[in-house]
Amino acid sequence: METPTRNPAAAAGAAAATRTKRPAWRRRQALIAWAFALPFSALFLVFMIGPLVASLLLSVTDMTARDMRDPLAVAFVGVDNFVTLFQDDKFQAAILNTIYFVGVGVPLTIVVSLLIAMALNNGIRRFRAVFRVGFYTPVVTSIVAIAVVWKYILEPDGLLNQALSGIGISGPDWLHDTHFAMPSLIFMAMWRNMGTLMIIFLAGLQGVPTEVYEAAKVDGASAFQRFYGLTLPLMRPTILLGVVLISVYYFQFFEEAFVMTGGGPLDSTLSITYFTYNQFGYGNYGLASAASYVLALTIGLVTLLQFRFLRSKG
Amino acid sequence: MTTHESTIAVAEVAEVVVDEQEPARRGRSRRRRTEGPNRWYLYIPLVIGLAVTILPFAWMVSGAFKTQSEILSGQFSLLPNDATLQNFRDLFTKFPFARYFTNSVVVAVAIVLGNLLFCSMLAYALTKLDFWGRKVLFGLVMTMLMVPTVVTFIPLFVLVTKLGLVNTYGALILPFLATPLGVFIMRQFISEIPDSLIEAARIDGASEMRIFFTIVIPLSGPALATLAILQFLASWNEFLWPLVAAQTEDMYTLPVGIALISAGSNTVNYGLLLAGATVIVTPILLLFLFLQRYFIQGISTTGLK
Repeated sequence: METPTRNPAAAAGAAAATRTKRPAWRRRQALIAWAFALPFSALFLVFMIGPLVASLLLSVTDMTARDMRDPLAVAFVGVDNFVTLFQDDKFQAAILNTIYFVGVGVPLTIVVSLLIAMALNNGIRRFRAVFRVGFYTPVVTSIVAIAVVWKYILEPDGLLNQALSGIGISGPDWLHDTHFAMPSLIFMAMWRNMGTLMIIFLAGLQGVPTEVYEAAKVDGASAFQRFYGLTLPLMRPTILLGVVLISVYYFQFFEEAFVMTGGGPLDSTLSITYFTYNQFGYGNYGLASAASYVLALTIGLVTLLQFRFLRSKG
Repeated sequence: MTTHESTIAVAEVAEVVVDEQEPARRGRSRRRRTEGPNRWYLYIPLVIGLAVTILPFAWMVSGAFKTQSEILSGQFSLLPNDATLQNFRDLFTKFPFARYFTNSVVVAVAIVLGNLLFCSMLAYALTKLDFWGRKVLFGLVMTMLMVPTVVTFIPLFVLVTKLGLVNTYGALILPFLATPLGVFIMRQFISEIPDSLIEAARIDGASEMRIFFTIVIPLSGPALATLAILQFLASWNEFLWPLVAAQTEDMYTLPVGIALISAGSNTVNYGLLLAGATVIVTPILLLFLFLQRYFIQGISTTGLK
């Protein structure tokens, strides 16, 4: 009686043993893998994911610096912070200024970097490395430190205006004139960031085979036709990468304004990040978090649109 | 979700760029130097552009050695009439600039070391080990590549205050000890180490720890160098977080120090500020000139600042 009932049990036991053997090995590997992932993941969770979620939560509360002792006792205010923000003249100004900075700065930086990259890639033969290093140099410098230098250059009687007066132009007080403060900051941002894009574009251009150009030349395509018909379509993924990277960066502009203009004159260079920083300084943590989320969502949305737009064409 | 999708797309494009770049470099660079058109007229805008690009650095160094009276005189010469070290002396005696410098070095070195270790450990797990939650973890890390610092700094400040870390090295270092960019770089590189090599070591009975430290790390030299440079640079130039987290002069980093000297005085002492800028920028410029290959590789392989 015992043997027939025992046999299937034993068989089942053996089957279970072979079945659990792999999972046991796998479980061990998963454990080791998590041990490798743990230090990063723990720091990442506490100092990045946690604050990211907390910031969203803060944005729907009325938390201020006075609630620091007991941050959990704050009141839920729904979308009040966002309503307050969009009714705030300063925040409206900050949004428009940020759009101005990105809307002018991004195309300008892209075009200038692409021109430099094309000239270095296929226009000249000597001193390429010198130009590459030279144009890249501003990228490695501290914005804050270099903003001090630009502020000095842009003073009413500074280097730039002295040079301009040499050719008979009397330059404005660049950083204290509501019309010229923002263009000055945009120019400085372009100066500092074109090196990054130049390198990315050079890498992209080197992937375009020269034979294609030679063939187009033989067929009588003009320089403009070659650029429009060959370089642009072939460079599309690289340009897209450049546009996305530089936009994400420009949307967050702050340091240039902090040192050079203090957000002024008359809030004409107040950015969303600067607005957030100021509200944090006043102790309005809930409102500041809401402002920072507006910026993050804008960046996410614009990036998505850039991908849709630049990918679908061509 | 939107940022997640776009980050992955950025990663894809970045990979395309890298893939395209590599064979081109090897195959063509030598030939190119002698071939191709040489349009002499292009040198005119390029040289002017380069002059405009470099001039601020020259102006910074020259101003740093000028006397206050020469700066105020409105005379502009690239070489100081009466070169002086007074600005630097003031910087280090009237302000604790040496302390700022030490702080910047300590913070940057700690952040570099932390990232080298933690990012490569995670990258090894992500590429060479199979575990539950791997894809989710990677997705999360890549998503955070796109999140602006301004979004996290307020809760971070609350957290650091609650932990009693405000105005300490801990506050300046911990939030940057494990950065997504590092994982991105290390993962690209480690994934190209052949699986067979690691399998062979496993069959020989090597533990994963041993494989990691004796095979993966020694083979990852170039990626580690790139990561170290990018992190050092990012930390050295970081501004918003140290501005918030350091509250007394003895914890300022260099950028915070110079920004607050600049904002704090009514009459701007440019000689002093330019000397400060020179102290901040020069070490990085030297590093860049000696290691430019790694800097530029870092940019073109990651596409990130």
